[in-house]
Amino acid sequence: MKRWTRSFTPLFYIMPALAIVLVFRIVPILGSFGVSFTEYDIGGLQRISWFENYSRMLGDPRFWTSVGNTLFFVLGVVPAGIVIPLLFAMLLRGKLACKSIYRTIYFLPVVTSAVAISVVWTWLFNPEGGPVNALLGFFGAEPLMWLREPRGIFEMILSPLGIRLPGLLGGPSLALVALMIVSVWKSIGYNTVLFLAGLENIPNEYYEAARLDGAGAWGSFRHVTWPLLSPTTYYVLIMSTIVSFQTFALVYVMTPPPGGGPLGTTNLLVFYLYQKAFDRFDIGYASALSVFLFLVLLGLTIIQRRLAGRRVVYE
Amino acid sequence: MLLPFVWMVATSLEKGGFSNYAEAWEEVPFGTYFLNTIVVTVLTVLGVLVSSALAAYAFATMEFKGRGVLFLLFLSTMMVPQPVYLVPSYVILSRLHWIDTFAALIVPWTVNVFSIFLLRQHFRSIPRSLYEAAVLDGCSTFGYLWRVVLPLSRSALVTVILFDVIGSWNSFMWPLIVTNSENMRVLQVGLSYFNQEAASNFPLLMAASTFCTVPLLMLFVLSQKQIVSSYARSGLKD
Repeated sequence: MKRWTRSFTPLFYIMPALAIVLVFRIVPILGSFGVSFTEYDIGGLQRISWFENYSRMLGDPRFWTSVGNTLFFVLGVVPAGIVIPLLFAMLLRGKLACKSIYRTIYFLPVVTSAVAISVVWTWLFNPEGGPVNALLGFFGAEPLMWLREPRGIFEMILSPLGIRLPGLLGGPSLALVALMIVSVWKSIGYNTVLFLAGLENIPNEYYEAARLDGAGAWGSFRHVTWPLLSPTTYYVLIMSTIVSFQTFALVYVMTPPPGGGPLGTTNLLVFYLYQKAFDRFDIGYASALSVFLFLVLLGLTIIQRRLAGRRVVYE
Repeated sequence: MLLPFVWMVATSLEKGGFSNYAEAWEEVPFGTYFLNTIVVTVLTVLGVLVSSALAAYAFATMEFKGRGVLFLLFLSTMMVPQPVYLVPSYVILSRLHWIDTFAALIVPWTVNVFSIFLLRQHFRSIPRSLYEAAVLDGCSTFGYLWRVVLPLSRSALVTVILFDVIGSWNSFMWPLIVTNSENMRVLQVGLSYFNQEAASNFPLLMAASTFCTVPLLMLFVLSQKQIVSSYARSGLKD
């Protein structure tokens, strides 16, 4: 009897967590794949349609637009979300005085809800009397339409010179760029904290050795900081990629539904998935989109791991 | 970095000062939203604490068949982003007739694999000899968890609580999808609807944004050192 209870004891402890993980994680994750092969709408399962949702996806121009928008978004947000926090971290490194004040300042956007932040930035970007345009006016620049501007930024910059850039060549719309700015601003604090922790792990002797060898500020960054910080940089790179692929609240609140922004230029993948699933109840198709998102993120993580595997220096 | 916050408060006091706050509060039932959010946050965090502490304890201290596989299964769910399983979760919840209930807002989030991972790491650092001494003194397995392990893990537990309070308070996509009636809305969903309704009344919107952020802001200012170091630690989970 005692042996019996003993061998079941661990199960009792794990049971609550296991039950929830099974019902609300494992089953839905597998379910995504399952449902993506069916026609499933508000009336429930209609029929098994095998790869129909996927072939529909390939021929769906709105899907490709959302993929293009998401790529623009990720390619803009991730590098900026590494460079700016890295600069911040290097400036703040070793400054013990006022540490908590700085920390409060740059970390505040991280703990504030994406919805509240979006509402505030909608006002900041408002074309009629919003602070951002007021600031531009102060420097003598023309006011911009920001969240209501569907034109690509390259197009906007080059069209006065008479250069026309059609479609994707025009770049992300100004509205999407506005979302990128907010996204980077929100993530700066978290990434700065990670970089600061990474910098603290680099022993000071390395810098002294570099200085003795005649390295300047750039030299010691290039040969000490950058290589020894690479595990942190790599982690930030992967996390920011995964997180920015999932952007939803910013799109939903700042460029409100049903649009997904001016001419659909801020319609990102997860927002499109939401529209398909919960506006149209095209559950089967939305599941195919989820699977696509999952495979893209998995693929990116594997590729980044491969590429970084050769470059990342672990001590 | 702070400018947007300054502008938020400044604009909220334009044309009418503090009466904007009262007006925004009465325009939509923010009282209900607050209450819902508090209920959801408190119950979610309690659930996470109980389920994570128990599971982490088993993973950290007990020998059993399939422990490694189970733990890997838990960890693997952490790698899958939420939007991937959102749609089938909705299907499951509607089958359970949970749509538009507190259960839908709370139950799926009463497990946090990262919390299990964090607590397990911490529990493992407690020396085995302590367990043997406690058992000699007649302590049961659960008694050891309750009277020895948990009191020794205060800082890890605080980290878990802070993470989940912030996550729960700020969560948006999930409550947006699983609730639809006005009296089930949480703060973030309520604020986003208010944003659509009061489209260009910016002083009112800024007032609403301010009182929706203030509770977390206070939590952050009071425990910022703990929060920031928790986040820094979350980056080292690999």
